[in-house]
Amino acid sequence: MSARDIAARVRAGETTAVSELENSLAAIAARNGELNVFLHVDDEGAYRAARRVDERISEGLDPGVLTGVPVALKDNLCQRGVPTTCSSRILEGWRPPYSATVVERLVGAGAVPVGKTNLDEFAMGSSTETSAFGPTRNPLDPSRVPGGSSGGSAAAVAAGMTPISLGSDTGGSIRQPAALCGLVGVKPTYGLVSRYGLIAFASSLDQIGPFAANVADAALVLEVIAGHDPMDSTSLPEASPRLLEHLDDGVAGRTVGLVRELLEGADPEIVAAVRRAADTLAGAGANVIEISIPELHLGLSAYYLIAPAEASSNLARYDGVRYGLRVEGEDVTATNELTRSAGFGDEVKRRIMLGTYALSAGYYDAYYGQALKVRTRMIEAFARAYGQCDLLLGATTPTVAFEIGAKAQDPMAMYLSDVFTIPTNLAGEAAISVPFGVGESGLPIGVQLLGPGRSEARLFAAAAVLEAS
Amino acid sequence: MTHPLTRDEVAHVAHLARLRLSDTELDLFTAQLGQVLEHAADMNELDLEGVKPTAHPFGLVNVVRADEVRTSLDRDEVLAMAPDAEDGRFAVPRIMGEAP
Repeated sequence: MSARDIAARVRAGETTAVSELENSLAAIAARNGELNVFLHVDDEGAYRAARRVDERISEGLDPGVLTGVPVALKDNLCQRGVPTTCSSRILEGWRPPYSATVVERLVGAGAVPVGKTNLDEFAMGSSTETSAFGPTRNPLDPSRVPGGSSGGSAAAVAAGMTPISLGSDTGGSIRQPAALCGLVGVKPTYGLVSRYGLIAFASSLDQIGPFAANVADAALVLEVIAGHDPMDSTSLPEASPRLLEHLDDGVAGRTVGLVRELLEGADPEIVAAVRRAADTLAGAGANVIEISIPELHLGLSAYYLIAPAEASSNLARYDGVRYGLRVEGEDVTATNELTRSAGFGDEVKRRIMLGTYALSAGYYDAYYGQALKVRTRMIEAFARAYGQCDLLLGATTPTVAFEIGAKAQDPMAMYLSDVFTIPTNLAGEAAISVPFGVGESGLPIGVQLLGPGRSEARLFAAAAVLEAS
Repeated sequence: MTHPLTRDEVAHVAHLARLRLSDTELDLFTAQLGQVLEHAADMNELDLEGVKPTAHPFGLVNVVRADEVRTSLDRDEVLAMAPDAEDGRFAVPRIMGEAP
């Protein structure tokens, strides 16, 4: 059942939040052992929240547009008193003293957070295999990855454990798992959703967004969580955009650019799906043109210097002093080193070192400085494309979900699975992945719609056209 | 302008990042990080003379808030989550030599 249907039925008194929560917990109990989706299920807190929703209904009050809807949270989002690990040993046992703004807003709209989902450690990965607590399996084929880094949040919705969930997208970490699990996944415009309470990976790229099984639910969740927040200084000044009321706007008269670089290297079945999507949009009245944005080739290189550089700075705070793990050494420096060496996994160490190197004396200009200039080029290139087009279209991923272990030992191969999603983050723009058909293996294919900053209403309307076809 | 990454450089960077690596890790990371830097070399072929760097997509500057009294995090709750705390402070191993 969709999140909108659940909210409508709970609001109408046809079911209760507690009963919807019980369905969710039963679905989790049935498959979490096999799939490793949730790191922590907060039964007690969820029942408290659900009962509060039901009490308000019985008092004749309206808890909000997500009344009684169970929601899963990626475990890099803080919820007061609920264990939050970022899938890292270094934060094991830590319980945040405050909740993220997005969590407050979901609860404020009547939603019921049921637990925290698995991710690649500190959101660094594309398969959820770098989690210190084991990989998550794709509910559609448990021998395969769900994608990452928000793999647990994607799997939660794909397995019917919760109708909606939140993830975070730094280089594709919502869109890629959405594509691999057959879901709608949104990377909102940078600053549209408050990052307060999102544990930082790469602050100039990170953005929180929704997973849902359909376009309208994703739009509803984004409406709830978006909008200015004084607690995040990079938060855009405006209120949340109206998305649902534009869902039926269609694409007639829109110019859609089919981007050559966003198909390069993709499997033929993926290219075919994107071309079918282009035909669908054209059939709905869009003017589809083929365009080339050669600068997109440089996204991967710039991203894998900028994101690690920011991460090396953000993760300096895990020093064994204020939270989580401490491995005692003979002095403070030894304690820092022993704690970090024991607490971080290989992928996190790799990125911290890459970033430290890119920022270090003698290499700053050649690597980090150069990457920031490429970022400027990327923004200019997108701006030129949007001078011609209202939206862009391409693949979300080069392949469907891959086998667990297939890329785990080869960082560069893993990084390449983000090649189509990274440019949007570098430009601070918006994009959405929509399921569009299945490959030969029967696994879902996602197509990606991209738009300039603050173009979410347009993106959702186009996504709705693809969904309806 | 760049050269292949060496094992010594990786060891130096690990020290800067406060990570202790085993010999096996050093070898592995030298090879893996070298690959990423090699891929990044495609940026060096560009003429980026005069291009301004972008550190933030919208170039926000000097965001300030009203100077109002607000509830802050509860000190005891924060310290309760620390590995060690004493007298309302985070406690760390001794950072100075023994007193004479």
